[in-house]
Amino acid sequence: MINNKIEKYSIIVLLAMAVIYPVFSNSYMISVGVSILTIALLGQSWNLMSGYAGQFSFGHAAFFGVGAYTSSILYVDFGISPWIGMLIGMAMAAAVGVVIGFLSFRYRIKGDFFALVTLAFAEILRVLFNNTKALKGAGGILIPYKNDWSEFQFENDKIFYIILLLMVILATFVLAVISKRKLGICLIAIKESQSAARSLGVPVLKYKLIAMAISAAMAGMAGTFYAQYYGFIDPTVVFAASISVEAIVPCIIGGAGTLCGPLLGAVIIVPLQELSNSLFDGINGLNMIIYGLLIVVFIIFCPDGIYGTIVKRVKGEK
Amino acid sequence: MDILTAKDVCKSFNGNMAVDHASLNVEKGKITGLIGANGAGKTTLFNCLSGYYPAASGKIIFDGREIQGMSAQKRCKLGIARTFQIAKPFGCLSVIDNVAVGGYNKAKDKAEAYKNARESLEFVHLDHKAEELAFRLNTGEQRQLELARALSTKPTLLLLDEVMAGLTPTESEEMIKLIFKVRDSGITVLLIEHIMPAVMKLSDKIYVLDRGKIICEGEPKTVVNDPRVIESYLGKAGAAYAKNN
Ligand SMILES: Nc1ncnc2c1ncn2[C@@H]1O[C@H](COP(=O)(O)OP(=O)(O)OP(=O)(O)O)[C@@H](O)[C@H]1O
Ligand SMILES: [Mg+2]
Repeated sequence: MINNKIEKYSIIVLLAMAVIYPVFSNSYMISVGVSILTIALLGQSWNLMSGYAGQFSFGHAAFFGVGAYTSSILYVDFGISPWIGMLIGMAMAAAVGVVIGFLSFRYRIKGDFFALVTLAFAEILRVLFNNTKALKGAGGILIPYKNDWSEFQFENDKIFYIILLLMVILATFVLAVISKRKLGICLIAIKESQSAARSLGVPVLKYKLIAMAISAAMAGMAGTFYAQYYGFIDPTVVFAASISVEAIVPCIIGGAGTLCGPLLGAVIIVPLQELSNSLFDGINGLNMIIYGLLIVVFIIFCPDGIYGTIVKRVKGEK
Repeated sequence: MDILTAKDVCKSFNGNMAVDHASLNVEKGKITGLIGANGAGKTTLFNCLSGYYPAASGKIIFDGREIQGMSAQKRCKLGIARTFQIAKPFGCLSVIDNVAVGGYNKAKDKAEAYKNARESLEFVHLDHKAEELAFRLNTGEQRQLELARALSTKPTLLLLDEVMAGLTPTESEEMIKLIFKVRDSGITVLLIEHIMPAVMKLSDKIYVLDRGKIICEGEPKTVVNDPRVIESYLGKAGAAYAKNN
């Protein structure tokens, strides 16, 4: 399942860091840790669909928001535990992913245009939720606090951290399993040449939709976590373009299409963002400027990302 | 017996008929050649046969079934494999993984897919590069990879689009041997080739395309001496010159 030595050691080091981190952390550091893990989870989600399968998404906020809203509405209006709501939210997000994918692929939209379609869907959902009373409108949803683990609520933020860490581990595990199986290598084949893959008998449409569904479900899971952790969601937050960007950036910096790239990317960018926030306090949207610059710099000078470059180097020397 | 029959296949791009009522028969167990000048429509005809895109009209019958409406993926399942004129390796996959993508076509599990892949790699003598990333291969090796990938789908009909383009003379010799070996293993071959000595040597029968139309068919010797073919390749003046010398 693990491809090579670098992968193995990276996983061990990252995991050790993630496990030890909360032991010595105050509540501020835990909140930073949660940010890192949220971005890592979003990153792994994006990684499957765009890094491995090559279907560049600019609208992962759509899946994140659907996950967050599904569990929250089910909880607030119907009293359904967010644990179950999360699963339903993941299924809803997957369904949205499949619909976006089916419509796009059916009408042969690909590349940049596909990215625009995903962006458009996220925006449509934001506007829809913002203006629909039945979906709580612009006011959003306040999750009542109960301190009951069976309702996905914890007094201690460290438990939230651990739950989220388990989610990231699960997502990474799923990716590791997929990447070694038929689905994984066929997705990479589709990314490299769709027509060649098709002529070798790969059911291209089906596999792309499966990748989108799993990817969207992961983002939906992150959405539910977000709602439970922060206790409040509204359309401008969970369907924000910044969420979509935060799914992309760790992959570009760490290395899209690699198992550890997005994890490493998340570990790098969140502290960077915290640093810039404290240095330039109060400048709104600064993190987006930094992300933009990072993306440009990396795409030009290090298109495989940090981790991806290391893997390629070592493999080449073998 | 014919494994593949194309009847009046047409395909146009922006009003230009790239393939114009082309018909051909590919006999089972034989090697059939398809030749024609640059832009004659050979690749386009291949694309219609393999399902890369549908033919605008016409019938394609494979193993007794009409397949003109089927997707490329389905035709591959039925037993049609192809290579591309411009090799399309999956660059960031290893060579063995590249071939395994095809190996899964008729395999029920991973072990069988990789067994198919390894056999195909050995068949084309590329097994020593199995763990190499595909983007590191040179042109000759990329051609071998294309062939191995197609073979690992376990086809009964193999379409080869200029597999010798860009190869050195020694590599071409190897490729010719390989194609005979493919034929001897029971796979029917339809090939496009520009290098005339190679097509002459390989083919049991040759079809000639000119501006989308099949203008001539028959045994290699008859075809190359046909005035229409000479004219199609050399133009009228060239044909007259060839005749007088
Ligand atoms: N996708 C396409 N869009 C537009 N025109 C095309 C397309 N594919 C092929 N053509 C045109 O159709 C004609 C036939 O092209 P095709 O590639 O089939 O020729 P060919 O016989 O394979 O030539 P070559 O020996 O150069 O490979 C050419 O005039 C070409 O420009
Ligand atoms: Mg051609």
